[in-house]
Amino acid sequence: MVHMENLSQHHLDVLQEIGNIGAGNAATALSALLNKKIDMKIPAIKIVEFNELIDDVGGPEQVIVSVFLRIQGEAPGSMFFVLSPDEANSLVEQLTGSDCDDLTNDELALSVISEIGNILSGSYLSALSDFTSINMQPTVPNLSIDMAAAILMQGLVEISIESDYAIMIDTTIEEEGESSSSMRGHFFLLPDPASFEKIFSSLGVEDK
Amino acid sequence: MIITEPIVKVGIADLKITNVPHSLKTSGLGSCVGVVIYSRKLAGLAHVMLPDSNSSKKQPSNPMKYADSAIDLLVEHLLLEGARRSNLQAKIAGGAHMFSFQSNNSMLKIGDRNVEAVLAKLEQYHIPLIAQDVGGSKGRTIEFNIETSMLKIRTVNSGIVEI
Repeated sequence: MVHMENLSQHHLDVLQEIGNIGAGNAATALSALLNKKIDMKIPAIKIVEFNELIDDVGGPEQVIVSVFLRIQGEAPGSMFFVLSPDEANSLVEQLTGSDCDDLTNDELALSVISEIGNILSGSYLSALSDFTSINMQPTVPNLSIDMAAAILMQGLVEISIESDYAIMIDTTIEEEGESSSSMRGHFFLLPDPASFEKIFSSLGVEDK
Repeated sequence: MIITEPIVKVGIADLKITNVPHSLKTSGLGSCVGVVIYSRKLAGLAHVMLPDSNSSKKQPSNPMKYADSAIDLLVEHLLLEGARRSNLQAKIAGGAHMFSFQSNNSMLKIGDRNVEAVLAKLEQYHIPLIAQDVGGSKGRTIEFNIETSMLKIRTVNSGIVEI
């Protein structure tokens, strides 16, 4: 069993590379959809207690737009694609050409966000699956607009059974050289504790 | 144990106890359940994530994370602070399903299971449940005013209610 308290720098580098590959693929997909250049930030690997994780996304009551899916297969985990409501509005506007004032009551907008989340997380995951040769299938993604803690904690339930900490691989993708009104989203990849061993051994990283 | 900030904030898998004129608050409950147990001028609030402390694979784990062990702690500390057992009452909120997966995975129905576990534990202590706002698919922020025994519940889409 790999214990997150004693992950080496080498382990962390591997997790960072996983974030790189997954989000790189998703950025390419989004770039094709929007016909705009989309950049990806170097993934941040965080080993965080649940309350810290929530503070990291702006606090428990921060309203977020989130597409959540469970990863099933050999290395289960949870995955979130998260946008702020403004960013979600801007994404819908760019894709449909029409402005939307109230995201929660706009069925077309919600369906667009859902589909984008579906495409992006699917491309993130398939790159990851190819790279690691680990069989991973996404569940049907689920859209929710609500308080950050309420949404993210539901995705952390599986992890919380075994641990009070989560390893979060956080990657930002955003429109190149644009201002604050531009498109920006976060991918949070949260492998279940037992999945780390599988990931490391698939990639030939020695467990120490 | 008594904390005297005006609003005592309770984190995830955490619990606190305080007295009048203060209030107890926890933010962004989804599938988690906020359990308030109170007695006249004293109250405790726990933010529980999981139903059953015996399900933990890693020992020792945080007892404030589970419905059963967190309620044990709340009752124990309230009695230590001078509450009378026969005066204890409870209000609860949370236990939502933030996602509507079609799945057999019991972890996605954790909101219901948390509420059931809380109710069973309150029953065990014979603590009457005075009010509850549970289920649905919304996040809740709750604040308990000890002076009035009212629980204020805020959601993103349906505003504020008091129970």
